[in-house]
Amino acid sequence: MAAATTSVICAISNIFFSTPDASRRRPATSEAFWVRAVLIALALAFFGLFLLMPLAAVFAEAFKKGWSAYAAGVVDADALSAIKLTLLVAAIAVPLNLVFGVAAAWAIAKFEFRGKQFLITLIDLPFSVSPVISGLIYVLLFGAQGWFGAVLEAHDIRILFAVPGIVLATVFVTFPFVARELIPLMQAQGTDEEEAAVVLGASGWTTFRQVTLPNIKWGLLYGVILCNARAMGEFGAVSVVSGHIRGRTNTMPLQVEILYNEYNFVAAFAVATLLALLALLTLGVKSLIEWHAADGGQQNAFIERGEK
Amino acid sequence: MTTITLPLQAAYQPIRAPRRAFFFRKHSVLPGFSLALGYSVIYLALIVLIPLAAVFLKSSSLGWEGVWRVVTHPRVLASFKLSFGASLIAAAINVVFGLIFAWVLVRYRFPGKRLIDALIDLPFALPTAVAGIALATLYANNGWIGSVLASLGIEVAYTPVGVLVALVFIGLPFVVRTVQPVLEDLEAEVEEAAACLGANRWQTFLHVILPYLTPALLTGFALAFARAVGEYGSVIFIAGNMPMVSEITPLMIITKLEQYDYAGATAIAAVMLFFSFILLLLVNVLQAWTQRSHERI
Amino acid sequence: MSISVSNINKRFGSFTALNDVTLEFPSGHLVALLGPSGCGKTTLLRIIAGLEKADSGEVFLEGVNASKLHVREREVGFVFQHYALFRHMTVFDNVAFGLRVKHRDLRLSDAKIRRKVQDLLQLVQLDWLADRYPAQLSGGQRQRIALARALAVEPRVLLLDEPFGALDAKVRKELRRWLRQLHDELHITSIFVTHDQEEALEVADRVVLMDHGKVEQIGTPDEVYDHPASPFVYGFLGSVNLFHGRVDGQELRVGDHALQLEAHDLAHDASAIGYVRPHEVQLLVDDGEVQDGLPAHVLRIVSSGALATVELTRDDGEHVEVTVFRDYLRQLGVQEGDRVRLKPQRIRVFPAESAKLATPQLAAA
Repeated sequence: MAAATTSVICAISNIFFSTPDASRRRPATSEAFWVRAVLIALALAFFGLFLLMPLAAVFAEAFKKGWSAYAAGVVDADALSAIKLTLLVAAIAVPLNLVFGVAAAWAIAKFEFRGKQFLITLIDLPFSVSPVISGLIYVLLFGAQGWFGAVLEAHDIRILFAVPGIVLATVFVTFPFVARELIPLMQAQGTDEEEAAVVLGASGWTTFRQVTLPNIKWGLLYGVILCNARAMGEFGAVSVVSGHIRGRTNTMPLQVEILYNEYNFVAAFAVATLLALLALLTLGVKSLIEWHAADGGQQNAFIERGEK
Repeated sequence: MTTITLPLQAAYQPIRAPRRAFFFRKHSVLPGFSLALGYSVIYLALIVLIPLAAVFLKSSSLGWEGVWRVVTHPRVLASFKLSFGASLIAAAINVVFGLIFAWVLVRYRFPGKRLIDALIDLPFALPTAVAGIALATLYANNGWIGSVLASLGIEVAYTPVGVLVALVFIGLPFVVRTVQPVLEDLEAEVEEAAACLGANRWQTFLHVILPYLTPALLTGFALAFARAVGEYGSVIFIAGNMPMVSEITPLMIITKLEQYDYAGATAIAAVMLFFSFILLLLVNVLQAWTQRSHERI
Repeated sequence: MSISVSNINKRFGSFTALNDVTLEFPSGHLVALLGPSGCGKTTLLRIIAGLEKADSGEVFLEGVNASKLHVREREVGFVFQHYALFRHMTVFDNVAFGLRVKHRDLRLSDAKIRRKVQDLLQLVQLDWLADRYPAQLSGGQRQRIALARALAVEPRVLLLDEPFGALDAKVRKELRRWLRQLHDELHITSIFVTHDQEEALEVADRVVLMDHGKVEQIGTPDEVYDHPASPFVYGFLGSVNLFHGRVDGQELRVGDHALQLEAHDLAHDASAIGYVRPHEVQLLVDDGEVQDGLPAHVLRIVSSGALATVELTRDDGEHVEVTVFRDYLRQLGVQEGDRVRLKPQRIRVFPAESAKLATPQLAAA
């Protein structure tokens, strides 16, 4: 517990002060002072204008009319049901893609087979599809005029404009996240350790649990939090399949849209702050994982140097 | 004795295992290949491939002529022009600023560096609807930025420039995150060698560093461009969505859907998908190139 | 073109890389900076080039203070351990780079650049690779191209940082002979950094031995090998046996035995260590009559080629290594387990406390 607190404090102080050994200046290949100053100033200006200000605007607008107006926006019955639905959708979509990501990474990273590169490209496919089209494809399949529309209607099963459609669209847009994080990681790690375990008599499941999993846990967590952030925040695809039924098929981003279009800005931004906090939490965890990995890397490098 | 030899024998045994017909694979002692690959492929087919195929099958029912008629409608054409044009410009702006960000993050030390490094990914993590309403509010005539610009006579919100602003926002991390690791990997000796040979800093940047970064910059450009073309949530609030002026292509698809014109929506989607696949192919080629020029010599 | 550095100091954080180093590199010589890793040799080379800034001290190129000059203006050729070739340029463009980035007023015409690059590629015997990319070359070829690239700008001095460090043993041997020949042709003042004593002794005109940021000894390869100035140099340049004892006139008393010493300036009864190379110890068969030398018994005999290394344990427990011709060993008839007597031919003594600072390792490579 104490260690965790310290690491959080370290991480926070690290945000403002980079470690002194980060880059030893080499006199032959560094830029003039004014060049450095101009480049840093440009980056800071762009950062402030394009990244910080939108973030600040979300919170400023949400609290424009005070705390009670903000709280009213968050605890509104429709908002609460949107939060519940969002959590439900993420709770279904993320585990599905987690299992897929691990299975696909296992097959791709640990074995050699024909068509591997093509398979990786196909896994990436949902990234390059517009969210609107990601929703459209399920309308074409399950809509009233869709391929399965008549069958579904006959059995009184609702997929479109209902929770299953929202889940499907979310699964589609978050499809590659975990796999993409794991494949390069597991490829880099090779198969030596697993082979050693199998030769020592471990079963496949034991090998995976005790050898592979500890090696990929950070990458896995990284993939899961990114997948989760996108699952909770997806707008375009869900917008197409949800039907925008208040209190029933509205996720948080859709609720934000509706409130905004009704000029109920404080309520819209109040719900938006929850999503913004989720984004900040995601980035925080991601940075912690990266710094953790970087520190581990430095330690390893240090040990190697010491041995040499 | 037997406990030691058995696993070893097991390890050597699969050499005689039957060859797989389609997915030829190299021998391995690790288990679970068929299960993992089979599951992955089936899941991929069910969630991604079959639904995507629906777009092309549906649009083929329209015929070439039908598709052509839909996508050459002036309003649709105008949306293509806006979506592709603004995306190109946004990706170009992202290349310039993405390179600057990657450069200062890798090379310099300054207060707030870690914060910037952590928040660069904000456009990835922030739900697009939130980004959309935030940008619209900022750039509206009474917003923090919009009011300043309005006093200068510049209007951003509810114009094509607003579309551009949103696309720049969402595309930035793509360039930064593809260029950053490549720049980190560039050995200092290469630049020192250039300096020893008499090159000044600008010559070193132009002739040594930039060519080395080019594949990564192009990859970042293509990724930012692809994302921008399909972007919906962060754009619609700031765009104003005026037909022929500030209406993006994804919104055209939504509009058609709302009019129950499934065929029309699908035709536009098919064109966009076709374009996305080409871009995806290009990104793959570029990434292979990046990797190759990445290999240390 | 001579190089000299005076009173150079350099620290990295709490680590002292160079401690008040003053050195002269005479014109036209090929000098090796030799020492273990972390001794400051590469830092010194980089300071001479202008790639690193000294905390204090001066660098003179041909008597002119160059400390304030940027690396661009020092006109030095630098060859990096890992080649640092521009991977997106062909071999030809790599070599031509230094000529093409010159200011317009000083730049040669394209035709002249072409001819000059061709000449250089011929000099390094790789003109047939002009259109290849660095990734398509072997390590040895890359390093020759890196050398051609450094020579293209007609540098006043040539600095090489572990130029053969990344190559395998056979290529390394070939390349260092070739570098020596090239230097004999060009006579350009050159400094190269190495941690390989064999390489330094074989290639250089002069060897500068460094340890812990200080210069330990300067001299020709024969001088430094035959007359090491310190225990460190003794240990670093080849294997050495140690004999702990006390000085007694022209003898070193080791236990009950006395060993004949060379000229020395140690006080009577001083605690001292005698340094003896493995090939400078005579083996005598202990037949009970010989009273000379230290008694020992043979632990192991390792043959390699014409030589054999005899590993022995002295009766007082110390370990000794002796190198002899195998024929001689056969004549003596010495076998593993036999008792022998050791008679050092040439002993150099150093005070015992100096050795504590830099204990040389037995059989240091």
